[in-house]
Amino acid sequence: MGKATVIPFGPQHPVLPEPLHLDLVVEDETVVDCIPQIGFVHRGLEKLVETRDYNQFIYVAERICGICAMGHSLGYAETVESLMNVEVPKRAQYLRVIWHELSRIHSHLLWLGLAADAFGFESMFMHCWRLRERVLDIFEKTTGGRVILSVVSVGGVVRDMDSATLQWICEVLDGIKDEYSKIMKTLLTDYSIKNRTVGVGFISKEEAVNLSIVGPFARASNVNYDARLFGRGAYGDLSDFQPILDAQGDCYARVKVRCLEVLQSIDIIKELSAKIPEGDIAVKVKGNPEAGAQASNVLEQPRGECYYYARGNGSKYLERMRMRTPTSQNLAGMTVALKGCDLADVNMIILTIDPCISCTER
Amino acid sequence: MGYASKSPWVIHYDGSSCNGCDIEVLATLCPGFDGERFGVINTGNPKHADIFLVTGSVNEQNISVVREIYDQMIEPKVVVACGICACTGGIFKDCYNVIGGVDQAIPVDVYAPGCAVRPETLIDAIVKGVAVLDEKAASLKATEKAR
Repeated sequence: MGKATVIPFGPQHPVLPEPLHLDLVVEDETVVDCIPQIGFVHRGLEKLVETRDYNQFIYVAERICGICAMGHSLGYAETVESLMNVEVPKRAQYLRVIWHELSRIHSHLLWLGLAADAFGFESMFMHCWRLRERVLDIFEKTTGGRVILSVVSVGGVVRDMDSATLQWICEVLDGIKDEYSKIMKTLLTDYSIKNRTVGVGFISKEEAVNLSIVGPFARASNVNYDARLFGRGAYGDLSDFQPILDAQGDCYARVKVRCLEVLQSIDIIKELSAKIPEGDIAVKVKGNPEAGAQASNVLEQPRGECYYYARGNGSKYLERMRMRTPTSQNLAGMTVALKGCDLADVNMIILTIDPCISCTER
Repeated sequence: MGYASKSPWVIHYDGSSCNGCDIEVLATLCPGFDGERFGVINTGNPKHADIFLVTGSVNEQNISVVREIYDQMIEPKVVVACGICACTGGIFKDCYNVIGGVDQAIPVDVYAPGCAVRPETLIDAIVKGVAVLDEKAASLKATEKAR
């Protein structure tokens, strides 16, 4: 055994666009310990609920994270709606889920690109981001924004989609699916990718449950948990929804789960756009949350389950708003997965948990 | 400027942004907008970079990191503040942990506003940054000659 050396990773690191600092304790080439240091992106936006009213805060909630922007505005709006007992029209629920699933496709494609870049497959990175650009075109046409959509309001959504647009979205998704299946074939069968990912960063089912890992990271370790199963909003109307699971628990399994989730999301959007009911897209929300009223909500975001909690105080400002984001759950699992790995595999393991530091630190 | 005198290499650092601008910085260099056709290459090494793209505002913890990356870059160098948070603090201006725009830490040459900043704005900002880079290179040369 060699002497223990500390190798710093980040906060500025080419493999990860976000600042995350890790102290990797290595002996020879093996990582024996990993001490994460976070706080580079902490803004303290939960405190902004004291100065922004519950309608304005939706725009702050959206900017918790630019990748899961749609998810955070949706999760926040649902929480405030259940705090104020607002019934959202069915059409608005469908539209919300369609946009949310589109953002899952865009997030997973973004991640697949970054993961490909992490094992040095740069042309795959470009291909994934080229496909993702088409999802952003859908966003731009239907909402006006590329990453920050600002489309959810408390009580519904602010924009409608007509049937021609929904038809067009399905056609674009068909085109994406065609090209995506070729990319997916390469990602899942290429032997050099398998060499880098199979058996690396193993997390067993017991560890995943004990460490409260969520999202695709947990589903790759065969934990059958997906907040979409609770059937909130339009998810309850899906004819058949089964989370995608894999029993392997290594980096390859995580790549595979996310790859297949893109196809699943495409199916969800197609099913919902065929079934979408006519009607209003928003209800007027009057009054303020009652003093002492509490509400909580879970939402399956691209990175996993996100928990929201809100408490009212009788005024138009909320007393407290709290989110527990998927990556803050998964960081514990990451440090466990990193122990005992090769120094060269650190990139791959960090990326396969799909960390979102902006969500974690808020 | 008729033609770019240099293919600028960029380095990107996420201050305390929400990721929205970060993914737009990467999307600018990827197919769709394809900044790489102008020779704009994203590098991870500050010593190789000409243009420093900062997204997000600065806070107590990352201000030293931003300064460190800026100091490691070799003259002439240009700083582009990408997105409204990097320009002024944006929607997070009132947050307790936000000092303000990137200009609180290092001198900024080009401001690219937007939430999130659009890739077209970023390409424009980088092109403007190349012009500033040329000016800085010329004045650097002049001072060296005078010495």
